[in-house]
Amino acid sequence: MNAPATPAAPAKRPAGRGRNLELSDELKAYKGVWVFVEHDRGHVHSVSWELLGEARKLADTLGSPVGAVLLGGADEHLEKFAAEAISFGADTVYIVTDPVLKGYRNEPFTKGLTDLVNKYKPEILLLGATSQGRDLAGSVATTLLTGLTADCTELNIDPVSKALAATRPTFGGSLYCTIMTLAYRPQMATVRPRVMLMPKADSSRTGNLIHDTLGMVETQIVTKLLDFIADAHSNKINLPYADVIVSGGKGLKNPDNFKLVFELARVLGGEVGSTRPCVQAGWVEADRQVGQTGKTVRPKLYIAAGISGAVQHRVGMEGSDVIVAINTDPNAPIFEFAHYGIVGNAMLVLPALTKAFAEHLSKRSAQVA
Amino acid sequence: MHIVVCIKQVPDSAQIRVHPVTNTIMRQGVPAIVNPYDLFSLEEALRLKDKFGGKVTVLCMGPPQAEEALRKCISFGADDAVLVTDRAFAGADTLATSYALAAGIRQIAKEQAVDIVFTGKQTIDGDTAQVGPGIAKRMGLQLLTYVSRIVETDLDGRTITVERRAEGGVQVLKTALPCLITMLENTNEMRFANLPAMIHAAAYPVRKWSKEQACIEDLDKIGLKGSPTVVSKVFGPSPRTEKVEMLDLETSNLRDISLNLLQKVFTRHPTLEADLLMKESA
Amino acid sequence: MKKPSQFDAIVVGAGPSGNACAYTLAKAGLKVLQIERGEYPGSKNVQGAILYSDALEKIIPDFRDDAPLERHIIEQRVWVLDDNSFVGTHYRSDDYNKPPYNRYTIIRAQFDKWFSSKVREAGALLICETTVNHLIMDGEQVVGVQCDREAGDVYADVVILADGVNSTLARKAGFHGEIKDSNVALAVKEILFMPEDTIRQRFNIGEEEGVVIEMVGKITDGMMGTGFLYTNKESLTIGIGCMLGDFKGSVNKTSPYALLEKLKQHPSIAPLIQGGEMKEYAAHLIPEGGFYAIPKVYGNGWMIVGDSGGFVNAVHREGSNLAMTTGRLAAETVIAAKAAGKPMSEAVLKTYKTELDKSFVMKDLHKYRDMPEVFHKNNQFFTTYPELVSKAAHKMFTVDGVDKKTKEREILSSFRTSRSLTGLVGDAVKLWRAFR
Repeated sequence: MNAPATPAAPAKRPAGRGRNLELSDELKAYKGVWVFVEHDRGHVHSVSWELLGEARKLADTLGSPVGAVLLGGADEHLEKFAAEAISFGADTVYIVTDPVLKGYRNEPFTKGLTDLVNKYKPEILLLGATSQGRDLAGSVATTLLTGLTADCTELNIDPVSKALAATRPTFGGSLYCTIMTLAYRPQMATVRPRVMLMPKADSSRTGNLIHDTLGMVETQIVTKLLDFIADAHSNKINLPYADVIVSGGKGLKNPDNFKLVFELARVLGGEVGSTRPCVQAGWVEADRQVGQTGKTVRPKLYIAAGISGAVQHRVGMEGSDVIVAINTDPNAPIFEFAHYGIVGNAMLVLPALTKAFAEHLSKRSAQVA
Repeated sequence: MHIVVCIKQVPDSAQIRVHPVTNTIMRQGVPAIVNPYDLFSLEEALRLKDKFGGKVTVLCMGPPQAEEALRKCISFGADDAVLVTDRAFAGADTLATSYALAAGIRQIAKEQAVDIVFTGKQTIDGDTAQVGPGIAKRMGLQLLTYVSRIVETDLDGRTITVERRAEGGVQVLKTALPCLITMLENTNEMRFANLPAMIHAAAYPVRKWSKEQACIEDLDKIGLKGSPTVVSKVFGPSPRTEKVEMLDLETSNLRDISLNLLQKVFTRHPTLEADLLMKESA
Repeated sequence: MKKPSQFDAIVVGAGPSGNACAYTLAKAGLKVLQIERGEYPGSKNVQGAILYSDALEKIIPDFRDDAPLERHIIEQRVWVLDDNSFVGTHYRSDDYNKPPYNRYTIIRAQFDKWFSSKVREAGALLICETTVNHLIMDGEQVVGVQCDREAGDVYADVVILADGVNSTLARKAGFHGEIKDSNVALAVKEILFMPEDTIRQRFNIGEEEGVVIEMVGKITDGMMGTGFLYTNKESLTIGIGCMLGDFKGSVNKTSPYALLEKLKQHPSIAPLIQGGEMKEYAAHLIPEGGFYAIPKVYGNGWMIVGDSGGFVNAVHREGSNLAMTTGRLAAETVIAAKAAGKPMSEAVLKTYKTELDKSFVMKDLHKYRDMPEVFHKNNQFFTTYPELVSKAAHKMFTVDGVDKKTKEREILSSFRTSRSLTGLVGDAVKLWRAFR
């Protein structure tokens, strides 16, 4: 069993005097906004770039540098990813290459990341709220005995304390809360894919690479990665990055009516989304769930049919550019935040929209051709 | 085999409403439930018990009323329930919570060695997914999160093999017992409690431990004091200035409405039409 | 083959009557199992709601220590409404400000939770999300219940049905017949949130004081029914209800919700609820058949308490106090029988009915036994009279140069023209009959 890495101890306050809210001088020296860059089988998860864009903004406010962390095996194109990271805003890229880092495992990755943090002392560390990111973030935060705020929707620098103000929904999304880690470093936060905007790559940017070693051998690592079974590609539903999403909810009355949703999505070249109740009822796959416990989406066009617009769903799609809502209930909450609304039966409106879009697009493409 | 499942009692967020005047959470009247994600882990633990025999203990750090949540778990088939409850735990964030729960598990393990610790993937009120990893780290347990299936458990060889959900696929991982597992949602379905189990649970004497009984020595690590994160404010979403534009089916027919909507959408989003046309030709 | 009892008593339902019964039994040291079909006690319950201290004091004397109470009532208003006016009486007394307070407004969900926690503290076992499908009989004797869970049979010496207005258990067992539409009212209500200060100013009350407005008149579209408005701490409850049969048979096919909307828009009501945010809507059936609709409430190994037995005084809108009282009396019957070593037979449980008859429960119900009949067949009380009374008041209070004697004559004449002398006398007799 590995002993946890000893973090720099914050200034101790006598017990019973209330909690520690002041940053020790030692921790004040922590500088830098870091992003853990997640990669898998040859490409980087977009959330890492979204976070780099955000990190750049935060760092500029603080006057700090941006760091990116890459851990992986020798043959995993880390140098290429590093160049990409620099183009998205990183000033320094920290790379640790080791055979035991090929394929994600909690133990070596936790050690790799915490060692880097202890050595180079960033004030902020951001990770994507993915399966890998969440697994890693919790372990790292506990190892470093620091604060971690998960699934943030907004990151800012508090003007007074210069601390990271991380905002996230609370109580099912009805309210928001802003959380800060005042007396501990680094301040950690995870952000879900598609919550932050994808930054523009600037290939003229320069930065430097720092290589470091892991200091761990395979025999020390208890968990073995035996295999990776990829999902069948044809089944891949990519909701978070879809440009157009047509979503159906329980208001469609029965799962057969989803074919109308699929039809409109097909005409628009978009994806089909849904709500938690529909997923729980087994009407659609879980991957189609949009919302607080599902996917966050940012399409250009989001058409919601038979969806009431409960807050848990809203939180997942209100970042859409244009929201069109179809519902028989004029008082449905979705009309409070949609851009356009039709009070009507989705089973009639959807085919009408499908027809209208199809005709319009074919007419226009004939003109363009 | 002895499995400990950590659970949390949470307000049923599906029924939470915001007070329309004061913009605060109306907690009164909102029923408290067992965190739904915990139930997938509990069911998995019960299945292992069905297969290998042994005991499932449920553990919770919470206020006195969390006893109800533990009872519910007893009704599903857990053998024993421990509530670690103390005013000193109030205000705990995930770091302080994992400290308290780790202490509780160590105490439970003193009575009977623990083979696996399960926690839920995340809570519906906190959503952080940090407590499981936190407990694993503090106890030096191997961590397996997002587990979609337990493939094989070798009690004699002290190993366990699982499938773990990752981006684009599933990792097959094998590790040593004892370990900590968080189950992915919808990987199983919780069994129904029969009537004798319900009655047994209603009468079950849930064990209650104060911080002393849980052998928690360092008071700086629990509750508010042990919580690095500070909630600086809670606020409601800013009211939308733009109101929805309703297209009235009463005054126009469906076809006209559709065409009207198209026009408005394309005018509002300048690049959308071009994008769609590109997809058409693609 | 009779299985041995696992419990002294099974109480079906965790509403006011079930809780009152289970609490009293458990406090006396009896082994009680309470079975509730909802997710938690009170989840299936809907009420105005007013708590009558007298009934609860007899069960939990110090309930005021920790029960969730909204406001204690210091003013009662009774309004007879016309289309845009009302004639009413108000009674406010500072005596009502002297503790212990007699009536409180409560929020049903919170109150039931509290009451249920008391029941469990007293030692009763409660299981929720479990529905009793039917009673288990051994010949003529009820010996247990069968629930909708596996291995769902459980046995007890006596089963007390506190399963509400929608109860089917007694019907299934053949203890009484179908509920008639004419014996049941459908009531709807909304809770409107508004700032405490606004409530205080509008109703001229202090921080903990409350007002109750009971309403009758044209608001029920000619059907027999009443409306109500209660002040809670930071919300108002407004509701209205009529006989179910009347809704179904109404010419205009009025729905309860439509009635409520109309009530909210009444010029005398609208200003009171202005600015309130509707955050809860509920509908429920209320047994209002009165005395004649009460079924047999005890038998071999069984008793019925609360709404399930039709114990509601529709005239005074009292239901929860009758519920709690019947629950307590049923429990006391069982406790006495157990102490005397007697079996739970019909002959022994008859004491329950005897005690009921002696109490205000049956006495009040008996007093108003003809009320449903009278009002049902005479909708002039809900249409013509409110109008007449309103116009009379209007005439009397408007100063317009007409001499008072002429005004009086005109008023009397309007009554006679509308109802004729015989009609007026007949109506008076009917009212007397109904209220005596």
